[in-house]
Amino acid sequence: MTATAAGTLPSATRGRPRRVVALAWLHDNLLFLYTGFAVLYLLLPVAIIILFSFNDPAGRSNFVWQGFTVKYWANPLAVIGLGDAVLTSLEIAFISTAVATMLGTLIALALVRYQFLGRGATNMLITLPMATPEIVLGASLLTMFVAIGGPPFFPLNFVTILIAHVMFNISYVVVTVRARLSGFPRHLEEAAMDLGANEWTTFWKVTFPLILPGIIAAALLAFSLSIDDFVVTNFTSGKTQTFPMFIYAKARIGVPVQVNVIGTIIFLTAVGAVLISTLLQRRDRSR
Amino acid sequence: MVPYLLLAPGILWLLVFYVYPGFQMFITSFWSGSLEKGFTFSLDNWTNYTDAIRRYQDWFIRSIAYAAAATILTFLIAYPLAYTIAVKGGRAKNLLLFLVVAPFFTSFLLRTISWKIILGDQSVVFGPLKALGIVPEEFRVLATPLAVVSGLTYDFLPFMTLPVYVAIEKVDRRLVEAAQDLYAGPWRRGGAITGGLAGGLLAVLLAAIFGYEIAPLALGAAVVGALIGATLISESFVRVTFPLSLPGVFAGGLLTFIPAIGDYVNAEFLGNTDSRMIGNVIQNRFLTANDYPTAAALSFTLMAAILAAVAVYARVLGTEELQVGRG
Repeated sequence: MTATAAGTLPSATRGRPRRVVALAWLHDNLLFLYTGFAVLYLLLPVAIIILFSFNDPAGRSNFVWQGFTVKYWANPLAVIGLGDAVLTSLEIAFISTAVATMLGTLIALALVRYQFLGRGATNMLITLPMATPEIVLGASLLTMFVAIGGPPFFPLNFVTILIAHVMFNISYVVVTVRARLSGFPRHLEEAAMDLGANEWTTFWKVTFPLILPGIIAAALLAFSLSIDDFVVTNFTSGKTQTFPMFIYAKARIGVPVQVNVIGTIIFLTAVGAVLISTLLQRRDRSR
Repeated sequence: MVPYLLLAPGILWLLVFYVYPGFQMFITSFWSGSLEKGFTFSLDNWTNYTDAIRRYQDWFIRSIAYAAAATILTFLIAYPLAYTIAVKGGRAKNLLLFLVVAPFFTSFLLRTISWKIILGDQSVVFGPLKALGIVPEEFRVLATPLAVVSGLTYDFLPFMTLPVYVAIEKVDRRLVEAAQDLYAGPWRRGGAITGGLAGGLLAVLLAAIFGYEIAPLALGAAVVGALIGATLISESFVRVTFPLSLPGVFAGGLLTFIPAIGDYVNAEFLGNTDSRMIGNVIQNRFLTANDYPTAAALSFTLMAAILAAVAVYARVLGTEELQVGRG
């Protein structure tokens, strides 16, 4: 965190002993070295997940490296219950993302566009779920489901997981869409209205296309939060198994290698999605 | 009328599935009985709270200590990282930010299990070190408090890095240049003293939490802190950049401490029976023992403790910055 002025180094080091030059180099590049190590540290567990999807363990537990194989990649769903768990996770992620994105976008529109009584309270209600630990979110929903004690809430099922996921996703959608809306060029809407478009047409022809990137970002965030959620799901799932619940159930006796394969596929899909969207944005900008 | 129509569906969802459950949890904490015989509500059951807190106070204290240790460690690791990306990142800025959040693209549980592989007694890291005799044979990290805190630190590192990055990025570089024009130079003596003190105090705190020997750790950290303070920290950083980045540190601290204190996955996968946190108790009481009243009382106490801690924290470090990093 030094403030060495740029350009002083060459003249300052010229003619000095090599040890001092090395020290000066270290001093100037220490932060870059550090950043490299920090990034390696962040990515180390990801590398282990990918590496161990090629492991050939002797017993059930996939903790020690035994040898390289691709056989688990050939048949990633060949474990009882894994396919169903992945499917359940995908269904919940898709439905909860759709519902939460819709509800959250409407709230964001109201918050940015209108002055109304209860604005402060609404903002508070949006912020609180994000500041509540997941365990409290899940536990309090469970107490409600238990207190009601009957269908569709009890016994816990697919619907209760869905309710929970929509609940914790709404706030993230509102915050993401609101960030996009707050720098919004209002004069474009006014121009459309001046040219005779009614409010409905203006919304769909002008407003919606402009905030669409924000909505897509919010939906992606909601999807990734939902598909990886463990804590809230643990309290609201009962016997229904999602992908994280499947991992948790297997963790004690040994996670099958196929789980690492699925985990790697999810990682590569997410990285691919980010890369594609970045490339598309670059192309848009260079046009 | 229009705004209320837009708000209605989402707000209704939050009222029914966030606010009301919180209220129900409060009611449940005054229940007595069992799942088989049925539960009854009575205000006399306030003893649920005193009983639960008396019985599980060690778990509460441990959770606060581990979450605090993880928050301090994420701050120490994340700050130089965020600073480098923001100030010296250049064209690699977006790539580095992407790498910081990349762990989120894999499963949280799988990442925690990965740490179990990495920190194991004969793992890729400790196996060779032990074979070479660098690390004593009986040394272990897995199934100790250190492993739990390491897991928490790792999990929430991006949550600290991003808001700190945003705050440093926003600092006007001209202010730093102005400070340098006004003879802000290196900060040798002050840096050595401050760095030494900070390093020593943090080491004392962490050693106390992990149960390690305090004196050697504190001495080592003080020397390292003094070195960093004297060589790497400049006066313009201390007087301009660091104070202006505090809102990000504040937000990052909240984003780390709050989820960390309620976490139970790291304690379960990486810890031992003596390093369980309050989340483990709540999960066990709710899902295994069906002891809903105790579990609800514990959850409610946890939430109240967090709100109280946030209030104190906000009073000390400023309130309006609460929004930073949430966007």
